[in-house]
Amino acid sequence: MTFINYASREINCKIVYYGPGLGGKTTNLQYIYDSTAAQAKGKLISLATETDRTLFFDFLPLDLGTVRGFKTRFHLYTVPGQVFYDASRKLILKGVDGMVFVADSQRERMDANVESLFNLELNLKQHGYDLMKVPYVLQLNKRDLPNVVSAPDLTAELRRKGEPVFEGVANRGVGVFDTLKAVAKQVLLELRKDGTG
Amino acid sequence: MATPVVLYETEYEQLKRAITRLCADANAKFVFLVDRSGQQIASHGEMLNLDTTSLASLTAGNVAATDGLAHLIGERGFPVLSHEGERDNIHISIIAARVILVVIFDVRSSLGLVRLRVKRATAEMSAIFEAIDSKLERERDLGISLESPFAEITEEDIDALFN
Repeated sequence: MTFINYASREINCKIVYYGPGLGGKTTNLQYIYDSTAAQAKGKLISLATETDRTLFFDFLPLDLGTVRGFKTRFHLYTVPGQVFYDASRKLILKGVDGMVFVADSQRERMDANVESLFNLELNLKQHGYDLMKVPYVLQLNKRDLPNVVSAPDLTAELRRKGEPVFEGVANRGVGVFDTLKAVAKQVLLELRKDGTG
Repeated sequence: MATPVVLYETEYEQLKRAITRLCADANAKFVFLVDRSGQQIASHGEMLNLDTTSLASLTAGNVAATDGLAHLIGERGFPVLSHEGERDNIHISIIAARVILVVIFDVRSSLGLVRLRVKRATAEMSAIFEAIDSKLERERDLGISLESPFAEITEEDIDALFN
């Protein structure tokens, strides 16, 4: 839920990276963290297991700069992708302003993508959101691997509403900022539409 | 999408006064308000170099997880959480069902004192949040459309953010 603070002239928005386990959600955040200037970012917090699998969420606050006199802050979250963490995953969606779905392009992860996307729609619905109305971007990650489904086939299978689609190789930063920018743009333009209610 | 949370200067100042007073009355080190989705609303206190953004996000996650636990055992929620450390302690409570109040304190205070002062401050701050709600509702009823600071934002403005 966008938080507009007229007193400190700040706007805070929440973006959540969703997708199947080991699909590259945390890697997206890690790349953004590594390539952002120190003054524009806060700490990257990872609540992860001992084997570095996301347990609850990763969190990265980003200060994008000033628009129309308001400081624009984005809080980026990932969810745990593994199926059995659904209860935790649902909690992270609370107050979300924009979504990124990080799909794993590998052939053998196709079912996991579909299942995760279905899970996203369901969990959003339980929070009273409709994926069709939420600012949303689809990222096809791991395009550098040999056994990937073609981008058009993956898009045909996973695209829900004509959302922007980006091919990515998150560990090398390919598509990472394009994805972030596309979702941030939708979130900010949404504010233009409905303002403060 | 959900309606954005809006905080105006007048109410912000009122909340700031309330938490400043709470911090003094409870002999606390730091007091802050955060909304349930992890956005920081206001803070006051002496803790230098405290990463309040992370604190806000983790607090919201903590409250959300504890609420989930409560629902699992058939409770509506746990309105008060308390974490005890070797030096510092954290007291977390919910105000007006949607805002989280966090008080950090050490040996100069006690859980009993913090609970007592938080109770009084909660009543005061609930009234402020109710006033914000009714103000927004009144304006909606009157058909007053609040001007979004981003009403005139252009794609170029957004592109500039990423350059």
